Amino acid sequence: MFYRENGQFKTSYPQDQQIFPIAQDRVFVVLLLLVAFAAVPFFASDYMFRAILIPFVIMAMAALGVNILVGYCGQISLGSGAFMAVGAYGAYNFFARVPEMPLLPALLLGGLCATAFGVLFGLPSLRVRGLYLAVATLAAQFFADWMFLRVKWFTLDTPSGSVSVSNLQVFGMSLDSDVSKYLFCLTLLVVIALLAKNLVRGAIGREWMAIRDMDVAAAVIGIRPMYAKLSAFAVSSFIIGVAGSLWAFIYLGSWEPSAFSVDQSFRLLFMVIIGGMGSIMGGFLGAAFIVILPIFLNQFLPMVAGLAGFEISTTVVSHAELMIFGAMIVWFLIVEPHGLAKLWSIGKQKMRVWPFPY
Amino acid sequence: MKTFKLVLPVLLTAFALSATTTVHAQSKEQFVPVLSYRTGPYGPNGTPWANGFVDYLKLMNVKGGINGVKISYEECETGYDTARSVECYERLKSKNPSFVQTLSTGATFAITEKAPGDKIPVVTVGYGRSESADGAVFKWNFPIAGTYWVAADTILQAIAKKEGDWSSIKGKKIALVYHDSPFGKEPIPLMQERSRIHGFELQLLPVTAPGVEQKATWLQVRQARPDYVVLWGWGVMNSTAIKEAQATGYPREKMYGVWWAGAEPDVKDVADGAKGYNAVTIQHGAEPNSDIVKTLLAQLHSKGQGTGPKEEVGQVLYLRGVMSAMIGIEGIRAAQERFGKGKVMTGEQVRWGLENLNLTQAKLDALGFKGVMRPISTSCMDHMGAAWTRIHTWDGQKWVFTSDWMQADEQILKPLVKATADKYATEKKLVRRTGQDCQS
Repeated sequence: MFYRENGQFKTSYPQDQQIFPIAQDRVFVVLLLLVAFAAVPFFASDYMFRAILIPFVIMAMAALGVNILVGYCGQISLGSGAFMAVGAYGAYNFFARVPEMPLLPALLLGGLCATAFGVLFGLPSLRVRGLYLAVATLAAQFFADWMFLRVKWFTLDTPSGSVSVSNLQVFGMSLDSDVSKYLFCLTLLVVIALLAKNLVRGAIGREWMAIRDMDVAAAVIGIRPMYAKLSAFAVSSFIIGVAGSLWAFIYLGSWEPSAFSVDQSFRLLFMVIIGGMGSIMGGFLGAAFIVILPIFLNQFLPMVAGLAGFEISTTVVSHAELMIFGAMIVWFLIVEPHGLAKLWSIGKQKMRVWPFPY
Repeated sequence: MKTFKLVLPVLLTAFALSATTTVHAQSKEQFVPVLSYRTGPYGPNGTPWANGFVDYLKLMNVKGGINGVKISYEECETGYDTARSVECYERLKSKNPSFVQTLSTGATFAITEKAPGDKIPVVTVGYGRSESADGAVFKWNFPIAGTYWVAADTILQAIAKKEGDWSSIKGKKIALVYHDSPFGKEPIPLMQERSRIHGFELQLLPVTAPGVEQKATWLQVRQARPDYVVLWGWGVMNSTAIKEAQATGYPREKMYGVWWAGAEPDVKDVADGAKGYNAVTIQHGAEPNSDIVKTLLAQLHSKGQGTGPKEEVGQVLYLRGVMSAMIGIEGIRAAQERFGKGKVMTGEQVRWGLENLNLTQAKLDALGFKGVMRPISTSCMDHMGAAWTRIHTWDGQKWVFTSDWMQADEQILKPLVKATADKYATEKKLVRRTGQDCQS
């Protein structure tokens, strides 16, 4: 009833080409941003910020990056954890080695390191695809694991191989408080999401999708597969790299290579598959699902048990958490193989015709 | 779709509910967070530790608390995962924890960065950062009773003693088979220092975590034939290493484990195959006949209130948990003596207590730790308090002590701790604490 675009006429090309052509969507997004930027900082507790919101925002950014590669360009990658690691250690090296290096350029340079690494390990995509490519990118993962564990130069020769950062500042403002960390990550996320959305709407995004749908046909109509695939690798690993450096700098503060293990790669791939391939929204929903659901289950189950009057041990909870989490992944994939983003758009479609569905 | 619409609001409300319930804090009780792992590849070793830790807290409540202040605690499963440990720490932080035991070196590194801001002392009994023994830089860290450098130093002392003296290990080859993580890399600086001084050859053999696959490592051991193997493992890595040593034919008598590689779960699968395997202990070993174990059995386990299986009470890791809890509790008690008996202590006050801990032999005996531990006394500059260890050896059935008390060499340890702590301080732009700050 409220959500329909009747009567909204577009009279110019810019109007027709805007990101959200429907007025209600625009209102919704503006409200969402207002809530995220203005309301959340007032209501969220320390715990909400540190354990839920900040990891969610960072992981959403990483999932966005993976989605560009996997969802838009169709190149399955299991090296996302490695790209995050390269971003994190790249940013760390710039930050620690270059005197007076400000934080933001360090993070972006970290992203550029990840870009170079991503393009390098994207080269096999010119020859192999599908599962074979997944295996080839897995090599990137193992290579990064090895590199940051064994090459001491990257960790500034710290004896334990664990590195840490502190006294973070952006434009003279200290990033010590949780609110500032959250707002910093959120701002970066919004900027990157906007850029990504525009990229995938533009010529380059269409090239990626053409390659994804059928690379031979795309080549026939004049799209250069090499350029399209490598640019997807570059953009995607840049975003993942920035997310990785945020994960390390802002969320963990002190980290070791295992923070970016192959598990992280799988988690990111799951986020994209569950959230919805080829959708910016999907990255957010998938990140929410993978980051928040386990924590929620972990706290929700003892509470339910408490209401029912018995106590369950942490062991049972963590086993149950894994089982329920796994079952929910399977259930969602059966109910909606195109991911949560598809559910979202089905929901929107239903809203449009409500209350008179046909 | 319909079910989804039904489920979503339920989930959301439930989430909101659980978020609100976690906020309420208990003010009358001293809260102790328990970060533990009972699942995952390190679960078999994490479980007895957690059982011991929780049992000691329960025992304190049975005895009437700390000067009447009861202890409340909550366990949070970390799965030995750093990100999850941080989440647990954040979750339990709102309850005003007295201190936190991170039980993983990775988590210690991450929480060390957060604890000073939150004013929560980090107690790491026998793990964590070795340089955090320097209280002048690491104000909130307490690696009480021993760090990895203490373990490494005393293992080398034991090896030197076996060979005769320090001069007789010149030219010998010692291999360090270590868990490839901050935990496993901790002893390297000290062992390198010792190798430089005494002229033995140090061979570093990393094992990828969690350490179920070690064929390649032991092939290297077989080729290089080191005179001694120092095993720096945790969880499933230990039993795998001992099995591999058996398969390779490497004499177990020449293997020395760190205190996290010297407990029952590590050797019991191999039983006879592990006979002769040595491990350093952080003061205590398996002490089934000690007073504290008898008390725990009588007060909790015989009444069905104990945690975990009765047979494991008094085993190595269980007792490590008991000892870790005891040290934290005694820190609270020391704080109460200054800031008011029978009151709930804040993290800051407990920090003072931990820094001015003086566990004399008489106090330890009264607590039931006679023969289990030696006195510990911390100070502003020294957050470790004691550097005593012993070696125990698996005889196929149980762990038996095979050495006298050994003390890590201050001459080696102190400069190394200071240099590394200073490096940390420069990186973080911290200023060393002065005498004045020590009074606070």
